[in-house]
Amino acid sequence: MPKLNVVTREGKETEVDGEAGHSVMEVIRDNGFDELLALCGGCCSCATCHVHVDPEFMVKLPKMSEDEDDLLDSSEHRNEYSRLSCQIPFGPDLDGLRVRIAPED
Amino acid sequence: MNRHADVVIVGAGQAGAACAIALRQNGFEGSILLVGAEPELPYERPPLSKEYLAGDKTFDRLLIRPEPFWAERHVDFALGESVVGVDAGAYRIVTDRGSEISYGALVWATGGAPRRLTCDGHHLAGVHSVRSRADADRMMAELPDVARVVVVGGGYIGLEAAAVLAKFGKQVVLLEAQDRVLSRVAGEALSRFFEREHRSHGVDIRLGSAVDCILGDETVKGVRLSDGETLSADMVIVGIGIAPAVEPLIAAGARGGNGVEVDAQCRTSLPDIYAIGDCALHENRFAANASLRLESVQNANDQAVVAAKTIVGQDAAYAAVPWFWSNQYDLKLQTVGLSIGHDTAIVRGDPDARSFSVVYLRQGSVIALDCVNRIKDYVQGRKLVAEGARIDPAKLADDSVPLKEMLA
Repeated sequence: MPKLNVVTREGKETEVDGEAGHSVMEVIRDNGFDELLALCGGCCSCATCHVHVDPEFMVKLPKMSEDEDDLLDSSEHRNEYSRLSCQIPFGPDLDGLRVRIAPED
Repeated sequence: MNRHADVVIVGAGQAGAACAIALRQNGFEGSILLVGAEPELPYERPPLSKEYLAGDKTFDRLLIRPEPFWAERHVDFALGESVVGVDAGAYRIVTDRGSEISYGALVWATGGAPRRLTCDGHHLAGVHSVRSRADADRMMAELPDVARVVVVGGGYIGLEAAAVLAKFGKQVVLLEAQDRVLSRVAGEALSRFFEREHRSHGVDIRLGSAVDCILGDETVKGVRLSDGETLSADMVIVGIGIAPAVEPLIAAGARGGNGVEVDAQCRTSLPDIYAIGDCALHENRFAANASLRLESVQNANDQAVVAAKTIVGQDAAYAAVPWFWSNQYDLKLQTVGLSIGHDTAIVRGDPDARSFSVVYLRQGSVIALDCVNRIKDYVQGRKLVAEGARIDPAKLADDSVPLKEMLA
């Protein structure tokens, strides 16, 4: 299984297995990280699954939709590495991806 | 068998699950027991009338947290068990299995039961609500043999279900008793837009239309309307709201009626008993402090956090900006604020272009926005709602100016 590295708000990094075909949000949620609310369940209707992606992986990610871009604007903690984790399908091509859960808004 | 938990949460849905999570996040070390009427671990309900019904998402992807999560955090469950009695003086509840559970604090997070029709034929096979996984599974099992569906109720649940079924190629008639859909929750511009969209997808929307009875012997064969017309149907979906599940609490002496009354800390009038989520009747500052219940994930989650913090002794008060979403066809509706009590509704953008917002004002202040395929307005409008911004309606209607530039 491809691996995902999750950094919590406190800075603790954990490597977890990720189910290919699930979103990065689901991988984080299903591995027991309670900081990620993901309230809309992954339908790109809120911004509570906001993560900062490790810079070297940015180019490997699917392009951001306008909806995602607009939703991220609701966060005080948006930066150039911001993504909504529900909009990133996980799989072998992202093996080793490192994301940090963004601070709560 | 008698059990005890330091915090007993009744209702294992969105609010109950969020409360258990928030208790642990805020350092609560006592025992937590979630009592749930359904056999499932906490799951997301919104997809039941959308992605789950459409077959786009399997049930395990709806779980709010996977099973091991709860064990790791020492959150226990009593599932398939309903609470039928509360003894507030003795700090004890009784379940439908006759078992007693004592508590230190009780969190009532039971949501509600779908309102059912009471007319002849309401009990026939093929008549469904959409509230639980079991409801959705029963519908989905029948769907292959269903050609004609009558949906009763033009609220969000009914409209979402109609959208999924129309996409499946079913012949759908939607009955709404009022003169427009979404009449309880949105302004007329939004109602008319959704009526047009559904009609263009082949849904036969009947306004001002009431059910006389459901026809059939054992299974549903049709619906007779109060004007005498008969519609053939292989399935009837009833989406006419929920009744808050609060009887045991009210019987125990809690103040309430349409829900159980809570203060800003989600405390009921009974000692150490809290109520959160769909069943909690609270004064909402975004509705001019009117008492109301909100049936939304936002409200469930935010009240859960307030109750959890109060239980662990932190200062917290419920004052979150309400938000909500509904997906139908390729339309993404997002709502921020509460439009109840608006005196002015401004349309921004062009409904015909299928991307527009309705901005609601009360006495000159922005109180809510309904945004269709227009996330920018939703995001920027939140601030206007949070601040109750006073903005010239003509300016709000000017689509060329972003909402964020309208704040003084």
